[in-house]
Amino acid sequence: MANTIQVDIVSAEEQIFSGEAYMVYAPAVMGEVGIAPRHTPLISPLKPGEIRLDMGDGKEEFFFISGGILEVQPHVVTVLSDTAIRADDLDEAAAIEAQKRAEEALADQQGDLDVAKAKAELLAAAAQIAAIKKLRKK
Amino acid sequence: MAAGKEIKTKIASVKNTQKITAAMEMVAASKMRRAQDQMFATRPYAQRIAEVVGHVASAHPEYKHPFLIERPVKRVGIVAVSTDRGLCGGLNTNLFKKALNQIGELDDKGVEIEVVTFGTKALGFFKRIGAKIVAEASHIGDSPEMSQVIGPVQVLLKSYQEGNLDEIYLVSNEFVNTMTQDPTIKQLVPVKPSEDTELSHHWDYIYEPGSKEVLDHVLDRYIESLVYQGVVENVACEMAARMIAMKSATDNAGDMIDELQLIYNRQRQASITQEISEIVAGAAAV
Repeated sequence: MANTIQVDIVSAEEQIFSGEAYMVYAPAVMGEVGIAPRHTPLISPLKPGEIRLDMGDGKEEFFFISGGILEVQPHVVTVLSDTAIRADDLDEAAAIEAQKRAEEALADQQGDLDVAKAKAELLAAAAQIAAIKKLRKK
Repeated sequence: MAAGKEIKTKIASVKNTQKITAAMEMVAASKMRRAQDQMFATRPYAQRIAEVVGHVASAHPEYKHPFLIERPVKRVGIVAVSTDRGLCGGLNTNLFKKALNQIGELDDKGVEIEVVTFGTKALGFFKRIGAKIVAEASHIGDSPEMSQVIGPVQVLLKSYQEGNLDEIYLVSNEFVNTMTQDPTIKQLVPVKPSEDTELSHHWDYIYEPGSKEVLDHVLDRYIESLVYQGVVENVACEMAARMIAMKSATDNAGDMIDELQLIYNRQRQASITQEISEIVAGAAAV
């Protein structure tokens, strides 16, 4: 099929769509773009919005994406879709939260350490019991 | 027959343990299949984004992103991916051993280290060796989500961009097959352009809006996808390792039961023989 273009829509978690289309419409950051077969190589971030595929015969397919990257090569269009809703301040909030968790975990010196210590003591006790049992058998 | 009863109880308790390990083995096996499916599902994205990055990195646009520039190494960030739960054989231990070797080497060179941990086991380990943990994520569950990875990774990337870190490594298990999981250390940043991107014909993308914005966008996601893949792969490794560990535990329990049963039978026989000889001896005396 000379007048169609291969379209792959993938997210980090799964493959969403793979197939041929006559035309691809995507919400690029600079405005909506329409990609026809044999388009020049292009790369652009995507805004949250709708990807529309013209499947021919008036049939269309829609995919909602929450942002991502559009990569165009003459015969392949790849949409690398984000799974999570992304924004700089949201990312930062997630980062701060992860940092806080680490600090809390570090401050909590007991807990895990106590468990580890108890486990070590338990192992030592079990070994002792086993040794005593062996001695008794003799 | 006091000793005989003791052995009976022991056999019963080993049997109970065997039931548990057998059940855990089956659970791990079915979870492993799901984890493997998820691992394969993440591959197309990782492959495509690696291709794009490889191309962009070798296309030499007018703008050089900090993630692509190598600097003298003074401080290193490590992303350590481990499991949340134990009972999975030597999976975590092997990984930590490998990480510890690397850390030792870096330490000798006077390089400072910051760690981001995934999973409670890595958190506990790095806490114990007194590493500087800057961020962590635990209780990830059996099917990790991208959103759980973004925060911790951003911490390291930000401090890289501010010039606090000069290299970032990913320490995680690679899923070779069900029997083998390889602990690996991968360099995340600076990004090494893949060599297999064809450079024969020099073409470049149209960057919209500009190469800088596009690169920022792509590289962040590239590194996150690498870490995410590591986390997903580690879940598959965990399940495979647990399955194997539980299988051998079940087998061992079976051996133990056989042995105990033998001892029990011998003792029973001995006591019967003794009783008979006592009766015979008693009758003879009368």
